[in-house]
Amino acid sequence: MLEIKNLHARIAEDETEILRGVDLTVNAGEVHAIMGPNGSGKSTLSYVLAGKEDYEITEGEVLFNGENMLEMEPDERAAAGMFLAFQYPIEIPGVATMEFLKTAMNAQRKARGEDVLSIPDFMKRVKAAASHLNVSMDMLKRPLNVGFSGGEKKRAEILQMSLLEPKLCVLDETDSGLDIDALRIVSEGVNKLRGPDRAMVVITHYQRLLDHIVPDVVHVLSKGRIVKTGDKDLALELEKNGYADFVEAAA
Amino acid sequence: MNASMPIRHTQAESDLFDRFEAAKPDLAGSVAVSALREAAVNQIRDRGLPHRRVEEYKYSDLRAFMKSAAQLVSKAEVTNAKDLLAAENLFGDLERHKLVIANGSFVAELSDIEALAAEGVTVTDLNDALAGEHGSQLLASPKTGPCDGVVALNTAFVQGGVVIEVADGAKVSKPVELIHVATSSGAQVTRNKVRVGADGSLRLLETFIGETGEGELNAVFDYDVADKAFLATTRLIVGSNDAARLLTTIATIGAEAEFKSLGFMAGPRFARNQQFINFTGENSEAKIYGVTMAGGSDLADQTLIVDHAVPHCNSREFFKTVLDGNAKGVYQGRINVAQHAQKTDGEMMTQALLLSEDAEMANKPELEIFADDVLCAHGATSGQIDEDLLFYLRARGIPEDEAKTLLVLAFLSEAIEEYGEDDVTEGLEARVRDWLASH
Repeated sequence: MLEIKNLHARIAEDETEILRGVDLTVNAGEVHAIMGPNGSGKSTLSYVLAGKEDYEITEGEVLFNGENMLEMEPDERAAAGMFLAFQYPIEIPGVATMEFLKTAMNAQRKARGEDVLSIPDFMKRVKAAASHLNVSMDMLKRPLNVGFSGGEKKRAEILQMSLLEPKLCVLDETDSGLDIDALRIVSEGVNKLRGPDRAMVVITHYQRLLDHIVPDVVHVLSKGRIVKTGDKDLALELEKNGYADFVEAAA
Repeated sequence: MNASMPIRHTQAESDLFDRFEAAKPDLAGSVAVSALREAAVNQIRDRGLPHRRVEEYKYSDLRAFMKSAAQLVSKAEVTNAKDLLAAENLFGDLERHKLVIANGSFVAELSDIEALAAEGVTVTDLNDALAGEHGSQLLASPKTGPCDGVVALNTAFVQGGVVIEVADGAKVSKPVELIHVATSSGAQVTRNKVRVGADGSLRLLETFIGETGEGELNAVFDYDVADKAFLATTRLIVGSNDAARLLTTIATIGAEAEFKSLGFMAGPRFARNQQFINFTGENSEAKIYGVTMAGGSDLADQTLIVDHAVPHCNSREFFKTVLDGNAKGVYQGRINVAQHAQKTDGEMMTQALLLSEDAEMANKPELEIFADDVLCAHGATSGQIDEDLLFYLRARGIPEDEAKTLLVLAFLSEAIEEYGEDDVTEGLEARVRDWLASH
């Protein structure tokens, strides 16, 4: 589903190189975790996949279901099935959450040549997804993410993810800012979306999220490269010994 | 330095003097009204059209903009006005009473006079009132208005308009749309007097349709909000007209009264919406909103002076501007608080969103406070669309243009929603979308 080959990327503004040759293949049905210390390039990787213009690709390629993803606009990537759950979901004053959800869902449907949703159909989907994630109707009437708590923002992200039904979900530190209960709700929401046709890349600092969302493969990213790949036990090992071993190995 | 040096008149000014001589025999009014008209023309003769060296017109140089002045528009054929009304309906299905002014003159046969009478509203042709004993009072504006060049231009040439009187205690059930129709080219100069009696209530919609060609449009609205009365006015200045659009509000607010207004501008080449708000009774409130969109080489000016001459009044001013292309936006807002106007609460905010590198916004909020126990605040911001917001929306599959529309609409809607006249919100948001689709 996702093939990243020798990907090099730098910050466009000051040309700081962040990704220095990332290789990663994620197949449909798999959940991959990417762990790594601060500054290793985890968030950059997620932004590059989503198409943020602040980064320049200097080498390498990214194929999404065989298509060159780097040539697609962010909205085209989304319509093709890419979803990034933001580490810091953006507050958008004046845009009601409900209105936003409808616009996004219908924009993607239009881009794929599908019919727009009828209001009752849309409402039915939102209500179902919202109840699973403990998202209140009151929250949906408020402007998107404005005044939401950290936990509410993350739940709203997962709500969007469930409604947009992406093929590839990239979760950027979805556990940050969550208490234990919120972590459980969010993880359950994510697990519900696991399926044979969907791939997930879960970016996290800490192993604890991976107790809830159990990955098939764990990678360690350090200094812009994947330096170690293993199964879920690798995460436990990291939790115990820290990143020092791998960071030095890469140096 | 005050010795008056005769000024060199511009082409437009010479045209205006010719226009006055030509139109004089037909302009309505008593002898006293004619004298006021002469005085107003003489003011323009002495000072010229308002220009950039007059502080209030620093950013909107009408003298430089008006290259010439067309004749006053001739009387409209009622059938033409009717056709235009059918073709351009700015508020769709909204239930409302209509009053029609075509080519500067009130058209009784196209207006819902009887339905309004049943609601306690008397509507009179301004020209009948001008001819009467108290005619000149209609043109003698309260303090902040009369020296203004645009108001003088109006006084000199006013062709007609309506006098709307809401009886004491009458709460008009539906909004009243005061539609100004232009069926042919030429300058259109109107004045409307609106009086809401004690404890009365009126919601007014002010619209302008049709093309005036080379002729400027100059309309003055003189509102008198009596004690405990309520008046909301929604003014829509839309359409891509090439000649100047000059709108003036003069409001006099009694005690325990509420006045609200929303000035909505999108499209004209040169538009100025100026408001003079005067508190004359205590414990009253004025909420003044502005929503402006300008693109191309348009100039859009929202100017207001809120005069807190009495204690215990609140005013809120909230203006939003979106600019594209080489457009220029102007906001000048001044809150005056007299020395004895204690416990005044004034809160003014102007925010601009610039969609292009070459657009320009002049934000000038001012406070002039002589009282010592007041709450007054003002703020001004100018910025671009936040790239992070745009990226977030696009990452959810919303194409760039649609995402921008959503963000611009959200930005402007803050003012429309706070204005809070829900039955016009949809119509206004549709105008925003129209404007965005054509820019």
